[in-house]
Amino acid sequence: MLTTILKQIGRYRTATWLTPAMTSMEVVMDVLIPYVTARLIDEGINAGNLEKVYLNGALMVGMAGLSLLFGILAGRFAAEASAGFAANLRDAMFRNIQRFSFSDIDKYSTSGLVTRMTTDVSNLQGAFQMLLRVTVRSPFRLVLSIVMCLLIDARLSLIFVFALVILASAMGYIISHVAKTFSKVFQQYDALNARVHDNVSAIRVVKAFVREDYERKRFDKAAEGLYRLFVRAETLMAFNHPVMNLVVYGCIISLSWFGAHYIVARTLTTGELTSLFTYVMSILMSLMMLSMVFVQLTMSAASASRIAEVIEEEPDIVNPKHPVMEVKNGQVEFNHVRFAYKGGSGEYALNNVQLSIKSGETVGVIGGTGSGKSTLVNLISRLYDVSKGTVYVGGVDVRNYDLETLRNAVAVVLQQNTLFSGTVRDNLLWGNPQATDEQCRQACRDAQADEFISRMPEEYDTWIEQGGMNLSGGQRQRLCIARALMKNPKVLVLDDSTSACDTATDARIREAFSRALPGTTKIIISGRILSVKDCDRIIVMDGGKVVGYDTHTDLLRTNRIYQEIYAIQHEGGGDFDQPRTGLTGKEARRKK
Amino acid sequence: MNLGGMMGRGGRGRTIYIDDGKTRTERKATLLRLTRYVLRNYKVSFLVVAMCILVTSVTTLASTLFTRTLIDQYIVPLTQADNPEYASLAQTLFKLGLILLLGVICSYAHSRIMINVSQGTMLRLRKALFSHMEQLPVKYFDTHVHGDIMSTYTNDVDTLRQMIGQSLPQAFNSVITLVVTFTSMVVLSVPLTLVSLLMAVVMMVVTGRLSRRSRTHFKAQQQSMAGLNGYVEEMLTGQRVVKVFCHEQQAIERFEQLNELFRTSATKANKIANVVMPVNGNLGNLSYVLIAVVGAWMALSGGISIGGMHCTITLGTIVSFLTLNKNFCQPISHVSQQINSIIAALAGAERVFALLDEEPEQDSGTVTLIQPSSSDGPYWQWQEENGQRRRVEGGVELEEVDFGYIKEKQVLFNICLQARPGQKIAFVGGTGAGKTTITNLINRFYDIQHGRILYDGIGVDRICKSHLRRSLGMVLQDTHLFTGSVMDNIRYGRLDASDQECIEAAKLVGADDFIRRLADGYQTQLNSDGGNLSQGERQLLNIARAAVADPPVLILDEATSSIDTRTEILVGQGMDSLMKGRTTFVIAHRLSTVRGADLIVVLEQGHIIEQGTHQELMDLKGKYFQLFTGNGL
Repeated sequence: MLTTILKQIGRYRTATWLTPAMTSMEVVMDVLIPYVTARLIDEGINAGNLEKVYLNGALMVGMAGLSLLFGILAGRFAAEASAGFAANLRDAMFRNIQRFSFSDIDKYSTSGLVTRMTTDVSNLQGAFQMLLRVTVRSPFRLVLSIVMCLLIDARLSLIFVFALVILASAMGYIISHVAKTFSKVFQQYDALNARVHDNVSAIRVVKAFVREDYERKRFDKAAEGLYRLFVRAETLMAFNHPVMNLVVYGCIISLSWFGAHYIVARTLTTGELTSLFTYVMSILMSLMMLSMVFVQLTMSAASASRIAEVIEEEPDIVNPKHPVMEVKNGQVEFNHVRFAYKGGSGEYALNNVQLSIKSGETVGVIGGTGSGKSTLVNLISRLYDVSKGTVYVGGVDVRNYDLETLRNAVAVVLQQNTLFSGTVRDNLLWGNPQATDEQCRQACRDAQADEFISRMPEEYDTWIEQGGMNLSGGQRQRLCIARALMKNPKVLVLDDSTSACDTATDARIREAFSRALPGTTKIIISGRILSVKDCDRIIVMDGGKVVGYDTHTDLLRTNRIYQEIYAIQHEGGGDFDQPRTGLTGKEARRKK
Repeated sequence: MNLGGMMGRGGRGRTIYIDDGKTRTERKATLLRLTRYVLRNYKVSFLVVAMCILVTSVTTLASTLFTRTLIDQYIVPLTQADNPEYASLAQTLFKLGLILLLGVICSYAHSRIMINVSQGTMLRLRKALFSHMEQLPVKYFDTHVHGDIMSTYTNDVDTLRQMIGQSLPQAFNSVITLVVTFTSMVVLSVPLTLVSLLMAVVMMVVTGRLSRRSRTHFKAQQQSMAGLNGYVEEMLTGQRVVKVFCHEQQAIERFEQLNELFRTSATKANKIANVVMPVNGNLGNLSYVLIAVVGAWMALSGGISIGGMHCTITLGTIVSFLTLNKNFCQPISHVSQQINSIIAALAGAERVFALLDEEPEQDSGTVTLIQPSSSDGPYWQWQEENGQRRRVEGGVELEEVDFGYIKEKQVLFNICLQARPGQKIAFVGGTGAGKTTITNLINRFYDIQHGRILYDGIGVDRICKSHLRRSLGMVLQDTHLFTGSVMDNIRYGRLDASDQECIEAAKLVGADDFIRRLADGYQTQLNSDGGNLSQGERQLLNIARAAVADPPVLILDEATSSIDTRTEILVGQGMDSLMKGRTTFVIAHRLSTVRGADLIVVLEQGHIIEQGTHQELMDLKGKYFQLFTGNGL
């Protein structure tokens, strides 16, 4: 994990090394300054030598200047290194996410990925900058200060050793306990968030059942749990300061006592004594800072591992070594295909599927919720890889194709579709970046989208909000179909893509397909018999198996499940319109 | 140590504008309000903390001044004495030790109390936020980004932790330290104080400049961050589509442009921010040298005269003054380092207060619902304010109702319909026709602009909201489950329902079967989006939840839409028995659900265009007929 993260420093390595280097120089100056001060007092003021005062003063100013210079440089390099490091982390994650297959995407939730790219990265950026600036400064300062103390008076330094031992053990005790409590704090935060999330997203349920008071009590419990944990952690941390003060004051008193004796015995000067006072503070402050850095680093470790997880994720679908660069025709074949979702229950979502679809054929797919319809079609454009068996497109195993070639030839209109912020045209060009205006219009006419687009204020230049929020469900679906048509595909897959369109529009779209795309294999998933009954053949799915594959008339005669569905929907439309629900059952199950 | 930023794991990394265009007065108002909020509950604590800070400052000062006493009164005489006598030194050191111990105790008391204050305030704020949020109208949740609301509880409240726990006491501490040190400096030496003051002014001017400059850069940083985060969120949400269209390379290119933009602005902003510390530190060093030189010169040249007053200085005084000077510079640099975090905290506080200031749902209803009890008979009853009671029948009537979510855009026009007790009313129509909106008006999630809605002849605005809603069982389009067990989720309908009653309800609606097949049956833990259940299974649980509530009126909004047609037949019987004897409003797109309704209402663009029974509407050969036969226009 650590190597993955550190590798992302990349071209900011120089800045990363220069920061501690500059910081060390700055610290050298900072540590030397009290020494010069001592000389200024002893040789100058005590000896009544004004010249020495000026000399040491000038020396001090010079050193302060250098310290400032190094300090500024260190700060600049630190900013450069940490901002660059963060940018590289984001870049590495984003690039790898782009390589993710569908099953990789299933594994992480979108919001989880967004949090990793934002909050987690800025946590790590802060920790990194702190690491560069403080972690070098404190130990270095600690060592230098101890050296200076030894130089001034080794006997008195014994006092420090004693103080250090007390302080270090106290800090160690506090930190280890605080870290433990803080890991619990994170969990409690999740509990608190869950309460808020439940209530924000399901406020209608809460209000409909008049559960405001009940929810308030549950939230209060979570909030109080967080309060108690935080108070416990902070109470422990609050000992930091008094312990340090106690040790510092102890040092000052003992220094005063022994120092007085030594000065009387002429083995120590007053100036040296004052310097020692300064070094005591310096040593203990460094320790204090170190302990704080340590706590912060422990806390950002969680972020680091979440980021590393994304960067290290090996996509399970990659391009083959010698890819086939052309899809000959729209023939689709399933040969003993089994498929199970990763991280699922292990049950096959598709079980021994045997299918053959001729090029140019129009095939309907029908079946109950969870029968495996979407799973089936997702294998054609290799959005998932089969667990066993083979899927062929144009006579070639899909795993041998170049991914881009395959996906351009097999256009899928997903059930969960998305439009992106940009104009209508921008969205259409996703299907074919070189398309002319006329091609855009034609695709929209076929998808029955031209009608509403031309009614919009700026037609094809109308701005679409993120997710197409300014369009109705039916309009979104039609635009998504048009976008897929832009590819001029060999195989076109519609995964329940007209559910929000009324039956008349639905019929017109299907009619346009047979007219405009005669050579394209069309695979249409639908819950409505009406949408598939005119297809050349219809696949009936049940429990991950193909239980029927025939024409409407024959299925009506022979297939029990098809008969059942027909009986319910018979007499006509069956559906008045589709609901606009969020996740489908499969989506939800896959997320787990 | 900034724990605050790291804790906010709930909301997305929300943009916090350091310089959000708020005027000074607005910020000051927020600061005042926050201070008042904290002080209201912790007056005594603050008084004690103030005393502690005072004592700590004095003891710190004592230890500083002690150096002079040590050198001038003990060490110098001792070196001159023939026979050094250490007893008085020991006594003084002992006294000093006691004073310092007092300081340590006070310093601990101060931080310990502040933990209670800051965490206590956060707890209070969170509780207040939540309890206020629960009273807000549904409209608030429909019009605000959920991630932002959540981030208020974590990120925004967390920024206050540092502010209340550290910045506020530190500000107070700084003021005290400044006053105390300044006084002692004046007492020790007026000329040196002037030198020190001069350097302090220089420091303030320089820091002020730097932080102003850094703020403009931080603003640019926040803007580019918002741009980047927005892009990331959009692309990751549509990641599957990106894959399907092989759009990865384009996505990366645009991302890298935005990422680079953010990097450069972040570098610039941090470069300046990082410079503040060394600049302040070394100006402090400079100040140190100046004092030393001037002090030494004064001591050696026998002092100087200011305004007829002759000022002399001893060696010990210079040494003490040097330390005092350091103490004097520190608060200035502390405050300058905290300015940005204080502004961020105020921005957080502003959002917290904004939520607390949201207008809660108004409820002037006085008619209440009386739970059935043995003496009153087994029926629900309405009770007027004057104690008059009558049975809840379940009749609902809409008269000339007009409504729009926003005033300018009306979505329902002149809706008139009557549901007699026990009837099943079905709404039919396309997306956006206004079906769900009507149900939102009956339970008063939204209030109508014109017309009347009567429930058993009582205007719904006269019924106490919570009682009105308790009488309406809702199964909504969006299936929400709560974190907890399956049993907890069913019991949500009626908190005092026994396990047996919950299981009965599940059996009634046909959910028992799949629940028993779950890993832990009824005790299986669900998370908030019910991720481990299929949409259909979640809908079944939602129906069971309404069933256990046993309300006189039911509203089913696409309650069975994701249950596939075959399962629906199995559930059908249970649904029928659930609806039996209750007025039921059904929104559905399935013929089988709609067909048996006593009244079918066809909506189009907010107007009722047809209503009647299935047979009547079929005979009419209008829109319903067209929808039904699938022979579109």
